Amino acid sequence: MIAPTPHQRQNAATDQLATSARPVVEMTGISVEFPGVKALNSVDFRLFPGEVHALMGENGAGKSTLIKALTGVNQISAGTIVVDGKQTLFGGPADARERGISTVYQEVNLCGNLTVAENIMLGNEPRRFGGLDWKAMRAQARVHLERMGLDIDPASSLDSHSLAVQQLVAISRAMVVDAKVLILDEPTSSLDADEVEQLFRVMRRLREEGVGILFVSHFLDQIYAISDRITVLRNGQLVQERMTADLPQRELVSLMIAGTSDAEVGVATERRGKAMRTEDSAPLLQAVGLGRKGAVEPFDLDLYPGEVIGLAGLLGSGRTELARLLYGADKSDSGQLRAAGSDLKLRTPRQALAQKIAYTSEDRKGEGVVGELTVAENIILGLQAARGWMRPLPKTKAKQIVEAYMKALGVRPANPDALLKNLSGGNQQKVLLARWLATAPKLLLLDEPTRGIDIGAKTEIMNLVSELADQGMAVVFISAELEEVLRLSDRIAVMRDHKKVAEIPTTRDVDVPQLIEVIANGGESK
Amino acid sequence: MSTATALAGTRTFRPPKLDRRYLPVLGTMLVFGLMLVIGGLRYDNFLSPAVISNLFINNAHLIVLAAGMTFVILTGGIDLSVGSVLALSSVITATLLNAGWNVALVLPLAIAAGSLLGLGMGVMIQYFEVQPFVATLAGMFLARGLCFVFAPESVPIRDEGFIALTNWTMASGRWRLTAAVVIAALVLLASWWVLHRSRFGRTVYAVGGGEQSATLMGLRVERTKVMVYVISGTCAGLAGVLFAMFSRSGYALTGVGMELDAIAAVVIGGTLLTGGTGFVLGSVLGVMVLGLIQTIITFEGTLSSWWTKIVIGVLLLVFVILQRILTLRRT
Repeated sequence: MIAPTPHQRQNAATDQLATSARPVVEMTGISVEFPGVKALNSVDFRLFPGEVHALMGENGAGKSTLIKALTGVNQISAGTIVVDGKQTLFGGPADARERGISTVYQEVNLCGNLTVAENIMLGNEPRRFGGLDWKAMRAQARVHLERMGLDIDPASSLDSHSLAVQQLVAISRAMVVDAKVLILDEPTSSLDADEVEQLFRVMRRLREEGVGILFVSHFLDQIYAISDRITVLRNGQLVQERMTADLPQRELVSLMIAGTSDAEVGVATERRGKAMRTEDSAPLLQAVGLGRKGAVEPFDLDLYPGEVIGLAGLLGSGRTELARLLYGADKSDSGQLRAAGSDLKLRTPRQALAQKIAYTSEDRKGEGVVGELTVAENIILGLQAARGWMRPLPKTKAKQIVEAYMKALGVRPANPDALLKNLSGGNQQKVLLARWLATAPKLLLLDEPTRGIDIGAKTEIMNLVSELADQGMAVVFISAELEEVLRLSDRIAVMRDHKKVAEIPTTRDVDVPQLIEVIANGGESK
Repeated sequence: MSTATALAGTRTFRPPKLDRRYLPVLGTMLVFGLMLVIGGLRYDNFLSPAVISNLFINNAHLIVLAAGMTFVILTGGIDLSVGSVLALSSVITATLLNAGWNVALVLPLAIAAGSLLGLGMGVMIQYFEVQPFVATLAGMFLARGLCFVFAPESVPIRDEGFIALTNWTMASGRWRLTAAVVIAALVLLASWWVLHRSRFGRTVYAVGGGEQSATLMGLRVERTKVMVYVISGTCAGLAGVLFAMFSRSGYALTGVGMELDAIAAVVIGGTLLTGGTGFVLGSVLGVMVLGLIQTIITFEGTLSSWWTKIVIGVLLLVFVILQRILTLRRT
């Protein structure tokens, strides 16, 4: 696939707008470097007054970095930022806010223990006799709330309100300073449909007032419902800036996730529908109408021994949430899990482990790796937990197990006493995998096991997963790289906007563009 | 139904409801009232002006300590040094006065010693990211040690100006107020004003509610976190002066464990140890409850004074569990 050239703006409407109005923010050639990583590479971005501009891209594309570069959280190593015609460098969010650029974050960053009025006004509070004037503060807060269409008591404490209201209060606060630019970083991720509509109404009103809104969301439908213009980033580079009306969903998705070079995965096993189960084979685990409000809509999924199920979908589409339901890490509020024909209740990961279900986390730093322990200790951790602390694993047996798995997975350095934190990401991932394999699971849930690790390790892990399936293990494989999912899976479940929209057997004729089509259209065209 | 009304629905009609935030304080008030009633019914002369006046006079220094401690705990911190700082301040007062220094110079110096120690601990906590527990533990040992540098033994104060100050009382019938009580009341008033009427005070609450959020809201979190320890240190210094007035002496071993009394008073007064909720008025009530327990046990006569500790322990447990239930129900 040919990558589109950066800086490419191929839309007539764009150019027309560009001449008719001056952008309120214009970022040119922005680069941001972290030690050893170029997080942004000469990216251009512009925001016009009175538009909603969506910033799109997968995980690690550089969306957050770009926002942080604009608000002065991250230092830029090259490029210029022009705000309102003046070249500017902000010292931080507070500085940016004072000069008309307000940010509302994914998690509501307000103080729940304070009143609504304080959360809106603190920093710009009216004063009387040298102290806060509470009465005037509440009155002013009420005016700002009304602008959002919110009728709530400014004297009530913030945490007595729903998340959606809190989010709108956060926007009220942002607008107190008469912001010219409003940055909304995934404000909708925890809102339901009605609440999103309320937020959109506010966004439309602000747009009419001439506010430039930078909007980040993983929900494609929302992007198309509200945005006027889209900028797509991938791997820290600008892919394209387009008018939303002229960018079909299918093309947007391919702009966001295309570009995995075939060479990268070419070395790995091509599995693809290898496991042909016979009619009479019984599923190991069945999800029937399993769902959790706000995470995954009810879905059915059958998992068979010896089969690799791929979960495909964009970031935030509910891939991880689905896996967590299967593992019992989150409680479901509808449907049930069935094993061997009878109901299975999983309330904790420990119970899942007892059922021989293992889960490797997407966030291996936060949830899986114990960096201060040695490789050997990390490997036997899961097995020891399964046995219970009262029955320590015999030393010689532990040593055998550790050696066997380190060899099988090719952990480098091949030193069981090395501290895990000193290993590379790929090798940490192998150790995590070894930990779960040591518990001899029947079902292995792998959430992004190949993210951020080098090609060699990636290939080894994929080959191993395939071998395990051949030996009769059921595997759920989650990856953002569609090529990988396609190659490794026997069947693919496609996720979109927290919903399982399709299930596709990976026969020979399925390819990446087809998969993108399904993700973009929610499986309706297929 | 439109979304706007759906969202606003819970608010347009609201039965008169007590704000949750006041519940713990009201609980403390209830306990205080109950103790007064029980004491009044059980013992003669319990509800006399003399007993109530003494309650304030004997605990003036603790009220000031608890007020300062409230600031610290509201940010989610803790200050273990206040008992030792109180002792240090009282010893400084006694030693310098006996060396012939002027009262008008000695008292500010003694208080400033507390502020300075508080500043040091605040800086350690904010800029060197030392746990408040550890930083103030170090401050506790340091202040206690310094006491012995000034005077290893009890120093009676003979300065006439100071004696005059301690003798000053305001009386109406059998009601009595000492200078210390007036000062404690002024400290309370000032604390209330700062906490509820200044941006600094609201920042104290905001930090306790969520430090990162407060920072992102553009509030001056760093300065605030240092300042609360300065305030607590200053209050401890002032409490030392009050204690010197109360006992007319300075002694290196006074106030051992008094930091725990102050913390207990703040917690019984309804301030959450995790920060963010609580009132300085609650802390005063906490002190009063502690004082009443002592008074009741004294009136009982046959009980050993250790029963005070037992009752305080039980009360603390009850209040902490009550708070836990309240916060659990909120989430």
